[in-house]
Amino acid sequence: MMDAISFTLDDFHVLKPAIVLCLFGCGILLTDAFLVRRIGQRWLNAVTALVGEAVVAAILLQYLPDVRSGGALTGLAGSVVVDGFGVFFNVVFMLAAALAVILSARYMESEGEQRGEYYALILFAQAGMSIMATGHDLVVLFVALETMALSFYVMVGFLRDSKRSNEAAMKYLILGAFSSGLLAYGFSVLYGISGSTSLAAIGEAIAARPALDWIMILALITTSVGLFFKIAAAPFHMWAPDVYEGAPTPTTAYVSVASKAASFALMIRLFVTAYGSVAEAWVPLLAIIAIATMTIGNLAAVTQSNLKRLLAYSSVAHGGYILLGLVAFSATGLRGIAIYLLAYVFMNFGAFALIAALRRDGEAAEELDDLNGLFGRAPGYTILMAIFMLSLTGIPPLAGFYGKYYIFLALLGEGYYILAVFAALYVAVSAYYYFRVIRACWLGEAAERPASLDMNLGTRTALVASGVLTVLIGVLPQRFIDLAGESVLAALR
Amino acid sequence: MSEHILSIIWLTPLVGMIAVMCLPKESKDLIRYVANGFAVLGLLVTIPMIRAFDSSNGDFQMVERHDWIPALGAQYYLGVDGFGYLMILLTVVVGWLSILCSWSSIQERVKEYYAFFLFLQAGMLGVFMVLDVFLFYVFWEIMLVPMYFIIGIWGGGRRLYAAIKFFLYTLAGSVLMLLGMLTVYFKHYEQFGHYSFALEDLLRVAAYTGPDMQFWLFWAFFVAFAVKVPMFPFHTWLPDAHTEAPTAGSVILAGILLKMGLYGLVRFAMPLFPKGATDELTVQLVALLSIVGIIYGALVSLMQSDWKRLVAYSSVSHLGFCTLGLIALNPNGISGGMLQGVNHGLSTPLLFLAVGIVYDQRHTREIADYGGLANRMPVYTVLFAISLFASMGMPGLNGFIGEFTILRGAFEVSIWWAGFAVLGIVLGAAYLLWLFQRVMLGPITNPKNEGVKDMNLREIIVMAPLVAGCFWIGLYPKPFFEILEAPTTKLVERLDPGYFSRNAAEPADEAVQLSRLLPAETPASE
Repeated sequence: MMDAISFTLDDFHVLKPAIVLCLFGCGILLTDAFLVRRIGQRWLNAVTALVGEAVVAAILLQYLPDVRSGGALTGLAGSVVVDGFGVFFNVVFMLAAALAVILSARYMESEGEQRGEYYALILFAQAGMSIMATGHDLVVLFVALETMALSFYVMVGFLRDSKRSNEAAMKYLILGAFSSGLLAYGFSVLYGISGSTSLAAIGEAIAARPALDWIMILALITTSVGLFFKIAAAPFHMWAPDVYEGAPTPTTAYVSVASKAASFALMIRLFVTAYGSVAEAWVPLLAIIAIATMTIGNLAAVTQSNLKRLLAYSSVAHGGYILLGLVAFSATGLRGIAIYLLAYVFMNFGAFALIAALRRDGEAAEELDDLNGLFGRAPGYTILMAIFMLSLTGIPPLAGFYGKYYIFLALLGEGYYILAVFAALYVAVSAYYYFRVIRACWLGEAAERPASLDMNLGTRTALVASGVLTVLIGVLPQRFIDLAGESVLAALR
Repeated sequence: MSEHILSIIWLTPLVGMIAVMCLPKESKDLIRYVANGFAVLGLLVTIPMIRAFDSSNGDFQMVERHDWIPALGAQYYLGVDGFGYLMILLTVVVGWLSILCSWSSIQERVKEYYAFFLFLQAGMLGVFMVLDVFLFYVFWEIMLVPMYFIIGIWGGGRRLYAAIKFFLYTLAGSVLMLLGMLTVYFKHYEQFGHYSFALEDLLRVAAYTGPDMQFWLFWAFFVAFAVKVPMFPFHTWLPDAHTEAPTAGSVILAGILLKMGLYGLVRFAMPLFPKGATDELTVQLVALLSIVGIIYGALVSLMQSDWKRLVAYSSVSHLGFCTLGLIALNPNGISGGMLQGVNHGLSTPLLFLAVGIVYDQRHTREIADYGGLANRMPVYTVLFAISLFASMGMPGLNGFIGEFTILRGAFEVSIWWAGFAVLGIVLGAAYLLWLFQRVMLGPITNPKNEGVKDMNLREIIVMAPLVAGCFWIGLYPKPFFEILEAPTTKLVERLDPGYFSRNAAEPADEAVQLSRLLPAETPASE
């Protein structure tokens, strides 16, 4: 593999999304320094970033004919493979990044931190995530993961004058670095076991080993724990509430959706391709972690009074559900994960978009009480908020329901009845705190100086589009199930 | 048009909701007229269904079937049989009346109120006509949302608590049902190789599922429906929700929502899992819970000092009769249970409307605050007395027919069941008559009651159809039994395939015959 280092057009082809994102990121840095700053219209950086997303979308469309019906494009001697799974996750990242850019344009302006670097970081993070979903090699995956993580550390702390933002960035950096270290350690053990960094080769080496010995368990545990940190699974979720609360709200939404999706993509690849033969060892581990995650996420969310913390714990709980899709370890489970993540983009971004716009006297208003009586001031947006909350709960016919539907179906199909009952009953628990949000909006008494919604055209469009898609996927899910559900099955091939 | 009869019925209130949402919120009267107009329209669009319905046909009628989500095998699949037909009629009538009775009692956030109410109406109608289990779940869940808001925004003092309690209880039950649904759906796939949620496809799974599996699946469904009915010990949401809801909300809750539990049992839980429903443990346990519900509901009603809470607990007792009838698993029990569901849907809304009329004037629900109302409100007293008698099971009114038929069904199974149920009837008479005595009779002791006004025309119009319904079923129940006969026969045949050949001496339509035996109930036209 190392003998001939030649870069062909094929290699370029599979890396296109990441290359384009990096180019646009650098472009933003340059134009911001030499052009946009002089005009004083720094929201133009957001426009540049959106153009970048459009180019990525075009590239992903270009991939489609090749990855349909199980095809794949291979590059860099098999260490990057663009298949249905990779393209699907890239679509998720693209949607999340575009929404993050749109929300940030207004939010960063209001916070007085409108800078080009921020948008460049959004794109750099996305470049990392793009490879996390297509990488088939430990080194490639690790570098991609770190590209994403480093960008996020900076974005979380981007509000330089905010103590909470700084604290959040520090926490995220330290815990993130710790988990990356664990993951790297696990990867090195895997290399020791197999003598290769390629996932497929590692999978074969593990399958050829006679039994599950302590060295394999060591690799399994270190890599799992490293990834548990990234997806904020209990008991490794402690960073999530603080980071979600302190980060600029659009970043919070971006981290909660995209970084979670990317980490799951890496996790699915690793567990299915490399650990597929020792499933009996990790399925119980994941099942326990999933139950713990749903328990802690749901129960802790009940008592939160800060909206961002509430959604942070809710996001932890959703991570638990998605993990259950992997526990089932079947095609239905994977479909569930894909649809869950796709729906999560819209419903979670929708909710965060509203929170990002909520302001009192120019200060960001992020408490549950700030929503009180919002219905009287903005009935349309309040209806949208109710739709997002109901979708997050999993009430049909809204997008969020189908993810849970497939995950329950996968669990029942594999005979995990008890797990399914746990997961189902936690839906009722989660309804309690999502309804606290709805209650505040609809039934709360407005305060003397109520918080108002501060939006520009972009935020409005993003919010309405998220709402419409949440309902549309719910009522007419056929196309989305076809696209999302079938493309991820490439991971099983 | 004729092939879309059922779609039009459930879509009419939905169109009404959209129409109400388009109106400016300041023009409250216009909103009221439009909402009431759509409620009346909702009644009128059932006429084609009434004309087309053939009660001798045991199959589903007016079927509409289209693919919805082929990937899941979910269809837009509607149809009615006798059970659904009666429930749809009850829903359009009670729904119309509860929209009408809100005219003056709802003054705030009028637009949202009517929008939610029409939305709720659409959801309830959908529940009673879908034959696709997936779509059923959608309707079942979605209708919780408007009810949450109706209790939460326009309810009484503890409305927030009551609203979320209602929502969480029902949701917890229904997610378990979802698991049951998915399991039987998966078993169907394993057996037949394609995904389908259509009821008739899933019915075929029973033949391939063992008794243990059916037992658990039956209970997964049963819990959802038992919460809704509500059966003891799942009933604790009901007193709170009924008491705190605005009058129209209580009327809809008692009149329709509780019936969904009964309907769900006969439409899905029992036919899908016959071995689970006829399991010895299931029968004994459900009968026990029903009887405990009957007696406990009645005893707690006796203790209540809050008028509305008393009526709410009486529902626990009355619905206990219905579930006892259903679990008797014979024609009398099942048709009696379903008819008693309709009866309860007529008489309990009357009781709630009665509370609402004096509550709007006095703003208290304490029984002790009233007394001697008969002196000031003669019309009200007469209508209230009829409602009480109907609820109590007085011969000549609807409650008697239902309870009598259920008792016959229960007696067929066990003399003990019937014995305890009769005790419940006696207790029912006690708390209802005592309520009447405390609020209506005697001198006016509280000076604030001096000024109460009797019912106005609108209030009489609201109550009149329900009272007429009570008399109709009480005096001439034959058409209702005829409607229930075909689906009941079909259900009993499925649960206990040898039932009718074993009981060949007793004709299947003995319930119908019963109504002929009672001379007072046979009109001259017979």
